Amino acid sequence: MSRDAVLQKVRTALGRTPGEPIAEPPSVRLRIPSVDLETRIENMLRAVEALAGKTHRAASAEDARAYVGGVLGGRSAVASNAPFLRQCGIVDLPGVQSGFTDRLALRELCATADVGITSADYALSDTGSLVMLASPAEARLISLLPPVHIAVVPKERLLSGLDELFTILPRLAEQTSSMVLITGPSRTADIEQILVRGVHGPGEIHVVIL
Amino acid sequence: MAQRVSLFVTCIVDQLFPNVGLAMADILEHLGYELDFREDQTCCGQPAFNTGYRAEACRVARHFLKVFRDSEYVVVPSGSCTSMIAHHFHDLFADDAEALEEADSMAPRVWEFSKFLLEVARVDDVGARLDDVVTYHDSCHALREFGIQEGPRRLLANVRGLELREMDAAEECCGFGGTFSVKLPEISGGMVRTKIDSIVRTGAKTVVSADSSCLMQIQGALSRAGLPVRTMHLAEVLASR
Amino acid sequence: MSVAFDEKVHKTLADANLQLAIYKATGRLIDHRKHAVGGAALPDYQELRSQANALKRHTIDHLDHYLEQFEANVTAHGGQVVYCQDAAEVADFVLRLAKERGAHLIVKSKSMTTEEVDLNERLEHHHLESVETDLGEYILQLAHQRPYHIVAPALHLTRYDVGDLFARTLGVANETAPEKQTLIARGVLRQKFLAADMGISGANFLVADSGAIVLIENEGNARLTTSAPKIHIAVAGIEKLIPRAQDLATFLKLLGRSATGQSLTVYTSFLSGPRREGEIDGPEEFYVVLLDNGRTRLLADREKRQSLYCIRCGACLNHCPVYRKIGGHSFPWVYSGPIGAIITPQFKGIEHEPALPFASSLCGACAEVCPVKIDIPKVLLDLRAEEKRAEERTGRNRMERLAFRIWAWVMCHPRIYEMAAMVAAGMVPSENGHWLRRAPAALKLPPVQAWLSQRDLPPAPAKSFRELWRRR
Repeated sequence: MSRDAVLQKVRTALGRTPGEPIAEPPSVRLRIPSVDLETRIENMLRAVEALAGKTHRAASAEDARAYVGGVLGGRSAVASNAPFLRQCGIVDLPGVQSGFTDRLALRELCATADVGITSADYALSDTGSLVMLASPAEARLISLLPPVHIAVVPKERLLSGLDELFTILPRLAEQTSSMVLITGPSRTADIEQILVRGVHGPGEIHVVIL
Repeated sequence: MAQRVSLFVTCIVDQLFPNVGLAMADILEHLGYELDFREDQTCCGQPAFNTGYRAEACRVARHFLKVFRDSEYVVVPSGSCTSMIAHHFHDLFADDAEALEEADSMAPRVWEFSKFLLEVARVDDVGARLDDVVTYHDSCHALREFGIQEGPRRLLANVRGLELREMDAAEECCGFGGTFSVKLPEISGGMVRTKIDSIVRTGAKTVVSADSSCLMQIQGALSRAGLPVRTMHLAEVLASR
Repeated sequence: MSVAFDEKVHKTLADANLQLAIYKATGRLIDHRKHAVGGAALPDYQELRSQANALKRHTIDHLDHYLEQFEANVTAHGGQVVYCQDAAEVADFVLRLAKERGAHLIVKSKSMTTEEVDLNERLEHHHLESVETDLGEYILQLAHQRPYHIVAPALHLTRYDVGDLFARTLGVANETAPEKQTLIARGVLRQKFLAADMGISGANFLVADSGAIVLIENEGNARLTTSAPKIHIAVAGIEKLIPRAQDLATFLKLLGRSATGQSLTVYTSFLSGPRREGEIDGPEEFYVVLLDNGRTRLLADREKRQSLYCIRCGACLNHCPVYRKIGGHSFPWVYSGPIGAIITPQFKGIEHEPALPFASSLCGACAEVCPVKIDIPKVLLDLRAEEKRAEERTGRNRMERLAFRIWAWVMCHPRIYEMAAMVAAGMVPSENGHWLRRAPAALKLPPVQAWLSQRDLPPAPAKSFRELWRRR
């Protein structure tokens, strides 16, 4: 069996026996800087804009809703089942379909919708990243197939960065099959090193912080 | 009582660029050091080591250690030779405890010339004068194994009449690499031509470096290209009055 | 030096446009990295490198433990680990699964490991359609070429090459604007993503305590490859393991910055199995293929084992003055640059291309920028010594070995050295201090000719240093 053969070769190469205990790994290195909320918000907005993403700091749920409505401009959209979107009234905007639980139906819609609207589980303010965990509330394809992605995120979910993320999510793999960090619009420089946005993922992203 | 310094001029300086050794000696004497030139010195063994001939490199390394066994300071006008002695002798003698001990005892006593000036003699101005526009090439071993980068520039900054212009990619390898230069000459040649393009863009009249093998490679290419730029070792610049 | 290697090198050096393309592309990546890891951008860069090196060393030194932990966790989350000893076993597994599931169309995201095992060729041989979805790799697939660089696979092609290629293979109009070309590819590939039965990816990291793979990218094709089809297969070398999810805080800070200067690439995916209960989309089946293919051989060598720490950032390629001259296609295998130079002889045996460890000036630029602190020059030197020992055993390269034996003997006998030096100097005309364009009659030796093929020789000075010293 290949499994046994490979493991045996590994052990022989290392001079180890099955079940042999291991030395202590290097200690986990997580350094969480202390950054107040206001600074996190500023950092997040600045970082997203530096990546050619668009941002909006909403004063209220109505303000967030209005901004999203403005971006939609009558186009078709699919929104995730995130409770936060419902609370902001975003799923009620004209042209927005949501509440899908069927994989194929959702996929159909994502493939044809102009805009995908989600919330985010967290955001990393130093890199301008959205953290999306797959769940009944957030499907994977909504932030991936439509050419425009809008994320509406409550400010309390802003983290300082990766170190904080990996500190507060010690059992990440237990919670979800997929966590994605989204840092700016899809891009490539594969042809003559010239930057082109919107290759397979959305070429236009909006981050709304409420 | 004056401090005693042993000169290890390197085989390439001994045979091809003797003025570099003389310049280095002049400066050290001027600073008050008593010099010895041990006539039994030959080579550090690097050519054999780099080409994969460990046994041959070992023999030459042992000879070096014998010649300089009791030297308090061995000063070398080359970062690559210094790195061979200070770092790679250790790799050569992994199986020979006695030789390893000798090699490890030599390591702190061998000094690349500019590092010796700055850290042992503690001078950055040797009273030199040279009216010229120069550019400086960072030799790879000096730069990456000893962090020699700011030092030579500080020394050059104090040379009266000298203007230093930085080339782009001063840190890029000149393409010598020992036997690499003759085993893969086309690549080596391509690399040095990129280097001399960089040099020419500065408008400098002279290229300075702290390693004669780099200078040999660069001067060889300048000459082949018919360019009027000359090369000088850092020691020669610093010995100019 | 094999003829093939020499020819490829010569061709690349002679192509001025290609030289410029390589130099500019790598130069840009050098600058991007510099800004991303320098000073205030990443103040603990050196500390992170040390941590990354320590983590890799620990994991590799206890690889069996972490393989088993990884496997247990993948299984616990509903996935399956498949160990493969070589390229054939990877293909066999994929083919068997495809047959069982009635799969015909496969989408692939960028994976050097799958290039290593020629997966596409093997699948196509069995009439499966396997489509590369990373733009650069898609272009190369259509052109039947290998990647030129780990991170910028199509850096040797111009927009005109791409325009011609698309027109010829896709039957579209000849577009030369990169934006339009990207849109064409996007349109074609979107259909493939949505119709594909299987998605095959690589993995940048395998996380042992989570049974998860980590995939980084900028385009979104890896996300689509691993989320749209019902089956996801990740193919990774066994050395990709890291102990804990928390260690990603170290590795993710180093990888993007070292590769392209990005603090994070656009998408970083952490995937730990088929979709869970309640999740709306995602694959129903999740497989991780763990590939040996010679890695266990590297593991056995304590000194050179560090070659397995590589996280495939490409920084060594960008900074290598040799790579910047000879480009990716001069290398005999899929891995190019300094990392390719050290792992190719170890995977394939040094006879595969004996010149490779010698095709370096040992400048050390690679070691300086390697995020996991692989001492590439040291491994190159070890490989050179191994090659020379092999040559001695098999009686090859006798002249060179004799020359070095004599050289060493001379260098251990100072009076002989002085005499030999004087004799050699006597053979060189003084030329009034001018450098020599041609070999002196008595010194027409191959190394001298090789030197002169590219640059002039220094004239012998009237007196050597030691002669001058004696008169001082």
